Amino acid sequence: MDIAFIVAALIAVAATVRVITCYNIMHALLYLVVSLLAVAVVLYTYGAPFMAVLEIIIYAGAIMVLIIFFVMMLNLGLETAEHEKAWLRPRIWIVPGIFCVVLLGELLYLILQNKQPSAGIQVVPPKQVGMALFGPYLIAVELTGILLMAGIVGAYHLGRQHKKTVHRFLENNLNT
Amino acid sequence: MINAWWIIGGVLFVLLNTAAGLIWLERRMLALWQDRYGPNRAGPFGLFIVLADTLKLFFKEDWIPPFADKVVFVFAPAVVVASVLMSFVIVPFAPGIVVADLNIGILFFLAMSSLGVYSIVLGGWASNNKYALLGAMRGASQMISYEVFMGLALMGVVVLSGSFNLQQIVESQRTVWFVIPQLLGFLIFMVAGVAETHRLPFDIPEAESELVAGFHSEYSGMKFGMFFIGEYLGVTLISAMVVTLYFGGWLGPSFLPPVVWFAIKTFAFISLFILLRASMPRPRYDQLMEYGWKVLFPLSLLNLLVTAAIKLWLVTK
Amino acid sequence: MFSLLRSMWLVFLHMFHKRDTYQYPEQKAPLPARWRGRIALTRDPDGEERCVGCYLCAAACPVDCISLQATEDEHGRRYPEFFRINFSRCIFCGFCEEACPTYAIQLLPDFEMAEYNRQNLVYEKHDLLIPSQGKYPGYNYYKVAGLAIKNKDKGEAEHEEPPVDIKSLLP
Repeated sequence: MDIAFIVAALIAVAATVRVITCYNIMHALLYLVVSLLAVAVVLYTYGAPFMAVLEIIIYAGAIMVLIIFFVMMLNLGLETAEHEKAWLRPRIWIVPGIFCVVLLGELLYLILQNKQPSAGIQVVPPKQVGMALFGPYLIAVELTGILLMAGIVGAYHLGRQHKKTVHRFLENNLNT
Repeated sequence: MINAWWIIGGVLFVLLNTAAGLIWLERRMLALWQDRYGPNRAGPFGLFIVLADTLKLFFKEDWIPPFADKVVFVFAPAVVVASVLMSFVIVPFAPGIVVADLNIGILFFLAMSSLGVYSIVLGGWASNNKYALLGAMRGASQMISYEVFMGLALMGVVVLSGSFNLQQIVESQRTVWFVIPQLLGFLIFMVAGVAETHRLPFDIPEAESELVAGFHSEYSGMKFGMFFIGEYLGVTLISAMVVTLYFGGWLGPSFLPPVVWFAIKTFAFISLFILLRASMPRPRYDQLMEYGWKVLFPLSLLNLLVTAAIKLWLVTK
Repeated sequence: MFSLLRSMWLVFLHMFHKRDTYQYPEQKAPLPARWRGRIALTRDPDGEERCVGCYLCAAACPVDCISLQATEDEHGRRYPEFFRINFSRCIFCGFCEEACPTYAIQLLPDFEMAEYNRQNLVYEKHDLLIPSQGKYPGYNYYKVAGLAIKNKDKGEAEHEEPPVDIKSLLP
């Protein structure tokens, strides 16, 4: 296995652990960003540069920024972190934690079983991705497009503003 | 093929010096357009103002506010410089002189510029200051929005050249520069680029007349200097990208070497950035967003659609 | 859109305009004659100091930067014993000049009075007195207002009109 892969994978796992264990939500989100970046590197080492870059652009660059954007407006400070610290007693997280460790062990076991990595990593250029998307997977792409369209229309419907035709003075005094 | 380390070192050296030199260039150019002289005391043509400014930044008190989130506060200015410098990895300065000849070059540029948002958001949030937070929120929404149009405008070039690789894009401009078939795309990219580097007239995240200094209100010393340098690096990056994508990169009459052509074109666009700063008023925040989503977004989609249709027609004919 | 491009072009054309800057230390900006700069105490045509120590300037000063002490010489003519202006407080408003009945205190077109030490900005009388009549050459207060001499009050001497009765409304 590539050394870059190992390092990136370790960073991804460690960052994800920190996402769960961080009390300060902003720090947790930052670790999540690091984790996503590390996953992008993993994808790159496995011959999917297009996927890797899309991961950064969409997940790390857009979605995480939006999440951080909303967290910023929630005005979460030190007190919230303290609250969360109080909630997360070992009694609560010990059982899910054990499950996670077991899962990780299984995963490691499965990985170590197959000592030889799948030989000859094949780099997928963007052109091939496009061919695949608009060839065999055309219906899936179109369905996703329709779904997103519905989402956009819904968001517009929720966020639209009613046009005001009267002056605000008249508006306030209209009912009286 | 020149040794890769020499290229990396050379690119870093040239870029950082360019960014520092832009301090001087911008002030002189602004002064020129405002019938002033600008810095002209220290050294020949006032060039040592760069040195004086840098020294000043280094010796200022490097203050971290006690109410700030210290780790994130220190981390944010590093992100801006790092992300912009990473973007330069894929810029071809001349045939063979490129740090990494990725076949997803443009996408890598978009990815790195999308990471640049974090510097503003985190810097503003970690400052724990109302003005900084307002600036950060404006910056986040502005940069995310304009990134969309930027990417869509770029796709026209990708359709024409049939590649994400910047070297191949430059090579496919041998017959005609893409600014002619992609004039609309160029204009959208230019506007989006100004917004992406949050330069004037789109300096809404900083807006010193409304928000003190926006997201970097609390920064001082070299941490502020990082934002400063990051902005100039961003200007250089957008200029270099415009040149590469729309103005034939290093291509030009052969009496000058390719690198020189690239540098000349890039500096022309940097000057255009400064001219924009000298002449444009700052739009209101909602006007900026409205302009982006209601004008630039449909235009860029239309541009992409028409370009793709014509390309398809030419291919099938 | 067109107006934006037009303004960009117009700003670009400023490249070829003349620059408005004065390269200050080498090239001085021309100051108008009534420019309100450094305060000075002027003298009358005979070379005597004009100030009569009436305290009007000190009263008019909005920042209280003028302090003086009036005294009399052997002929009974009032003059300031000391006259002190603290230029670190002065705002160069010119009220003292307007208040002065004898045109003694005047603001001159000179602003180059920076000091490293704040205490040096406190000007004493010998710093303020200049051997010049300032903006009003030929003006002598006592020639206009008259002067009581031995056995004769104001307006009683030869070729002298009686002084205006300032307490009457009649012309």
